[in-house]
Amino acid sequence: MHLTKDEERILKGKSGEGVQKAMELLVAIGDALDAPRLIEISRAHAASSGQEGDLYFVELLAKGGATCKVPTSTNPVYDMECFDKLFNISPEESDVARRVKEGYKQIGAILSWCCTPYITENIPMYGENVSFSESSATPFVNSVIGAKTNREAAQSALAAGVIGKTPEYGLYLEENRKGTMLVKVAAALKDEFDYSLLGQYVGKQIGYGIPVFTGIPKRPTTEDLINLCAMLNTSGAISMFHIPGITVESRTVEEAFGGNHPKDKVTVTEHELKETREELQTGKGKIDLVQFGCPHYTLKQVVDVARQLDGKKIHKDVQFWVCTSATAILLAERMGYVDTIEKAGGHIVADTCIDMTCWNRFKDKTGMTDSPKCAYYRRFKDVIVAPAAECIKAAIRGAWQ
Amino acid sequence: MKKEIRLKCHKIMGGYGEGEALVSKEPICFYLTDPKTGRVREKGHVLEGKSIADKVLVFSSGKASSVVQIDGLYKLATEGKAPKAMIAKDVETVLVVSAVIAKIPLVDRLERDPFAAIHTGDLVKVDADRGTVSIIKKT
Repeated sequence: MHLTKDEERILKGKSGEGVQKAMELLVAIGDALDAPRLIEISRAHAASSGQEGDLYFVELLAKGGATCKVPTSTNPVYDMECFDKLFNISPEESDVARRVKEGYKQIGAILSWCCTPYITENIPMYGENVSFSESSATPFVNSVIGAKTNREAAQSALAAGVIGKTPEYGLYLEENRKGTMLVKVAAALKDEFDYSLLGQYVGKQIGYGIPVFTGIPKRPTTEDLINLCAMLNTSGAISMFHIPGITVESRTVEEAFGGNHPKDKVTVTEHELKETREELQTGKGKIDLVQFGCPHYTLKQVVDVARQLDGKKIHKDVQFWVCTSATAILLAERMGYVDTIEKAGGHIVADTCIDMTCWNRFKDKTGMTDSPKCAYYRRFKDVIVAPAAECIKAAIRGAWQ
Repeated sequence: MKKEIRLKCHKIMGGYGEGEALVSKEPICFYLTDPKTGRVREKGHVLEGKSIADKVLVFSSGKASSVVQIDGLYKLATEGKAPKAMIAKDVETVLVVSAVIAKIPLVDRLERDPFAAIHTGDLVKVDADRGTVSIIKKT
């Protein structure tokens, strides 16, 4: 990869060790993937995780004096104030999370602690070059918004945020943004949950590439699209897709393929969605936990949950948790919905991912969720995956069916 | 003396590592290995129950979310249970970052199909800096 004189100086350590380490990582990626040069980006999202690999790199950069050059948001870790007390988490156990949070603060990141920053704290515009890691974030930014990013790791996105640049390859190039696979949908897609199942099935079937969806029955909501993105990029490694007429880079199927000839065709009917749902189930009967918010629930989803819980009581043996963004909590509180959820015996928390050590206390328990991604990364034993409304009913009853 | 086959490759993460080959045509998620033993925990995976520690791992590609993939390989490395080197058929950003953060030599673009050239149990030497892979077939 060609470097400018300034970039060479950074690589040689003339601007400090922190930015040098960031540049080394970007150069390794650029060389590996045949990028000709670095290009400027306007924002980044680091899928920080509160895990050890994450801690190592953010501390390496922060201690070396690096700071973010462009706005760089952060993924959830967990709300220590909430869980340390409630779950009796020892200072040793929460040490990694605490240090990760300090590291990102020191490096000047946006402390969003949210996995859907693209609808709240860090919103790219059409055509921007950005560097967004996190499973739902990468495809959402590319497909729904039409900004450009590769499927970044937390560390490569952080490095790009620190340097303000990234190697030019992959989805930054127009010719790589065209469809590679046709997905014919012949199902009703009646709710957000069906979009999760669709993403789960298609991701697993095709693994990699840019699917072009046809037959989507009506305009998907923001939440439908968040779920589709999260699952396409969890059960597969899909960074972009087209829904002609809905996602921004294609009005027609022809435009979506841009002269490419689809290699293969996948058809999705109610049957595939039903089978996908059945494959996810490992538990039944009594439940100990309901987990919502993987990806983080939007304000709309928080409101939906609160309305269904209004005047009801969650079963005394069920822990009920909604994970969302700090922004959504602030507004939900103002609107009275935090109160509604808490009066019903539920919890709502910001800054928190379902895949964190604080949930390990449920390792022998049965949990219920509306998210196949939550099921995949779960910290509890058995799982029942169902639409949110069914999870809420089960939480009140104390059992699934 | 056993014949050594030397093939060219493309360096991704520099360094040198040698060991017994462990081949997986399936993609690998490092998060689904046990960092204390290096054993693959993923149910139904072709390597389920086998340890990748100290091996030269020959595999099709990485998989799973960017967050967990890097953490998985980093933990294996800090426990001393990572592969000595890795030969991948397809690489993407997350795999590159994983190898750089964990400091494990990684190469791709072997001049022959890695699954035809290398079989589990062969002795393999990966010199990523020189861009060569040497194979001594198991007898």
